[in-house]
Amino acid sequence: MKAPSPPRPVFLARHGYRSRRMMDLSRLLPVAGLFLFLLPLLHQADGPVSTPATLIYLFSAWFGLIVVAALLARRLARVDDESGTTEAGREGGP
Amino acid sequence: MIPFDILVAVCVSYVALLFIIAFMAERRASAGRVGWLRSPLVYTLSLSVYCTAWTFYGAVGYAARSGLEFLTIYLGPTLVLVGWWWALRKLVRIGKTQRITSIADLISSRYGKSNALGVIVTLLAVVGTTPYIALQLQSVTLSFAVFVRAGTDGWALPDVNATALWVAAGLALFTVLFGTRNLDANERHHGVVTAIAVEAVVKLVALVAVGIFVVWGVADGPRDMAIRISESPLAGTDFAAGRWVGMTFLSAAAIFTLPRMFQVLVVENADERHLATASWAFPLYLFLMSLFVMPIAVIGLATQPAGANPDLFVLTVPLSLGQEGLATLAFLGGFSSATSMVIVAAIALSTMVSNHIVMPLWLNWQNTGASMSGDVRKLVLRARRISIAGVLVLGYAYFRLTGGSEALASIGLISFTGVAQALPALLGGIFWRGATRRGAGAGLLIGLAVWLYTLFLPSFGAGSVMSAGLLSDGPWGVAWLRPQALFGVDGVDPLLHAVFWSIALNSFAFIGVSLWGVPGPMERLQGAQFVNVFDHSSDAQGWMQGAAEAEDLLIMAQRILGGTEAQALFQRAAVAQGKTGYLPDTTPAFLERLERELAGSVGAATAHAMVGQIVGRSSISVEDLMAMADETAQMMEYSSQLEAKSAELERTARQLREANEKLTELSVQKDAFLSQISHELRTPMTSIRAFSEILMGGEDLRIEDRRWYSSIIHDEGIRLTRLLDDLLDLSVLENGQVSLNLQPANLRDLIDRAVAATTEPKGDGAITIHRDRAAENIELVTDTDRLCQVFINLIVNARKYCTADAPELRIDARRQGDGVLLDFVDNGSGIPKRSQAIIFEKFARLSDRNAAGGAGLGLAICREIMGRLGGSIAYLPGQGGAAFRVQLPLRPPETSAPAGSQGEAPAQLNHA
Repeated sequence: MKAPSPPRPVFLARHGYRSRRMMDLSRLLPVAGLFLFLLPLLHQADGPVSTPATLIYLFSAWFGLIVVAALLARRLARVDDESGTTEAGREGGP
Repeated sequence: MIPFDILVAVCVSYVALLFIIAFMAERRASAGRVGWLRSPLVYTLSLSVYCTAWTFYGAVGYAARSGLEFLTIYLGPTLVLVGWWWALRKLVRIGKTQRITSIADLISSRYGKSNALGVIVTLLAVVGTTPYIALQLQSVTLSFAVFVRAGTDGWALPDVNATALWVAAGLALFTVLFGTRNLDANERHHGVVTAIAVEAVVKLVALVAVGIFVVWGVADGPRDMAIRISESPLAGTDFAAGRWVGMTFLSAAAIFTLPRMFQVLVVENADERHLATASWAFPLYLFLMSLFVMPIAVIGLATQPAGANPDLFVLTVPLSLGQEGLATLAFLGGFSSATSMVIVAAIALSTMVSNHIVMPLWLNWQNTGASMSGDVRKLVLRARRISIAGVLVLGYAYFRLTGGSEALASIGLISFTGVAQALPALLGGIFWRGATRRGAGAGLLIGLAVWLYTLFLPSFGAGSVMSAGLLSDGPWGVAWLRPQALFGVDGVDPLLHAVFWSIALNSFAFIGVSLWGVPGPMERLQGAQFVNVFDHSSDAQGWMQGAAEAEDLLIMAQRILGGTEAQALFQRAAVAQGKTGYLPDTTPAFLERLERELAGSVGAATAHAMVGQIVGRSSISVEDLMAMADETAQMMEYSSQLEAKSAELERTARQLREANEKLTELSVQKDAFLSQISHELRTPMTSIRAFSEILMGGEDLRIEDRRWYSSIIHDEGIRLTRLLDDLLDLSVLENGQVSLNLQPANLRDLIDRAVAATTEPKGDGAITIHRDRAAENIELVTDTDRLCQVFINLIVNARKYCTADAPELRIDARRQGDGVLLDFVDNGSGIPKRSQAIIFEKFARLSDRNAAGGAGLGLAICREIMGRLGGSIAYLPGQGGAAFRVQLPLRPPETSAPAGSQGEAPAQLNHA
């Protein structure tokens, strides 16, 4: 039988605080992506939209998303290493 | 033109290369040099089994038919990967801790290791994947046909079906060779994964090469390309919002539920950190794969004849423009896309089939656990190999059945929708503890049924499986049951219609039934472990202490894990328990560990059943679960009690420390008191003795002298008496033996009395007293004599100690609530701050100036009296001179017993 886990700290030092917010950002990223990817649907109120323009928009948004994800992944992988198996992800999580 | 034979030769040598790569990788891995075999790059590239021939050929066809919509197939996975922190991370962690072998195993294990669910998901996966495998075969034969057609300038096709058959057979061989080398599905298939990574590079390079050729070779750079797109039939995009959203959802769901994606994402994952890299690198891969799709489609539409199949533009565009080398590369790219998908899908499906269908059947047939005979390993591996062949045969049969007629994209989407039925049970399982086995089963079955009815069966075309009448009028003419217009939802795209209804009804059934029922103990245990996978670093045990024989377990484990490994496992466990030999105690922890080890090979449900057969009791009960939870709760309670106790102890210690300090102080005070009192008594005694000796010895004294001496003796006697009176008074007051003589009085009269009693007729050292007689007009009930005594004391003090040249005393009186405040303020120099605390102590005379007046008991007596009267007296700092504030109630409290002035406790201790 495992010992009861110690209560999760309510306040964190600056470093821990930042990594929590990084996790928040990581969780928000797909939402932001969905928003960006659904945006072209709004543009077609009056007739079809220009394919090249939309194509460029979608690819730019996509690439932006990848860049942000790449930057975040580096930091989050570090956080994961530091925290070992203890999860901080449930805070505000599903 | 490339002759068909050369193409076949290229193909065969490519396959041979793959075999060699896979073989080398296996050799490297078995030599222990995994190195880059387990790098994030290889992991990311292996995820590219998502991009099948459907992507390679079909995306261009999709784009040529419906414009930008093809992007949704990549945007969905991008969102899932970018949001890895939500779900994929958890999925991978669960896969690792629970040693999950497939998606069927995950769902079966989560819902109480139920094999029924495993079977349902396996069937779903087989039915959903078969068309997809057929699709790959179709794409390979089609691409062969392109070259043949171009090469022979006619319709003298070699048998297309034969091509498909050969491809299927080759793939089966590869998969059997490299996919079933070891039984433990959790062990990496290094050969397969490495080969797939190489194929991922091939297909990316091929598609990008064709794209570059199209943009810079055919068109004149990106600018020209943009112009060409805007002049093409695809210039304007009319978004079908429903399909855009629906396809994005479907492709996102596919990442979770496609058996092959689960295989590479979770089962073949070597290190959780690789997921962080894949979260951006795989979207980047998809990005590059789709970057040139639109240009190829536009150029294809412009250069190819009107009836050309847009699914093959990737091949036909370079071929028709004389780029044979490029076309061959593109062909190889398509070939790799198809083969990698088939290989991984076959491995994933064969694991599911062998673990969830063959093994349970075999166990059932064996029935008695202890008398298991034969090598189970061989059996399982053979089952896997046969399953692989079976899966490919099924795919080939589907290919023959549909005649390879449909557009690639539509087959892919039908398949996606089928496997997406596992999504509610999967996500519900890892995020919601309330999800139950019955709920998952109901959701899966209803989703499967709706998918079959609304999408899969109609996809064969009207008149083949479903009659045209059924499609247009519904069964028995019931219009609202029409397969493509369920519940009267008409005019919707059939695919969207099917996705919507199947997922919606699936989720409703899943949630509804889950809410309704109570899950069994095993389900609850597993549910908690899955949902809280990040919290439960140590496992709750599913087994209670049983009387199982370790030897029986060893025999069984040897048959599944192999002799060496099983013995090593048992020996390690025995050593960990502090025993020697190969037979550890069958503790719950060991049973759990063993079961998990077995689950890696034969799946959670089968492993549980096998251990259960030997242990002989059906693992855990609700009572056990409750007891476990109780134990935890008790621990928490105990620890919080300890915390409270320690806080209390600390409080007590602090009180004790304070009391100790006070006692020490009092002891010092007592000593001081004793020495003071003896000093005070001794001084008058000395003079009395001296003068009485003179009187005794001298008869010749003059009468004046005699009178003078006796008057001194008399004065000293009076002083001594007064001192003793004061002491007695104080002692009586402190012991609470005094009885108050309460009577109504007017404050002004009392002060008048006090002033009159202290007025010295001679005017020597006179003090001017300022009063506000109107304000003093306050009626109160009190012991008038005692109160006067306090007033007199204060006035005498002021007269004695006020240092001003023209001493003045101000007496302020005012009502405050139920009491009276009286301030006695003089215009002297006041009392230094450090002395303010001790002036109410006994013998606390600050200086010896004018010492003759008293023994320093006055203020101490005042404090005691005020305490008895229910009021208090305190020094009031900051008034210019010495200021005392007397506070007393209009009526003393009923219980006039020890009314607490603060200095009371030490005062009483003094006399104790």
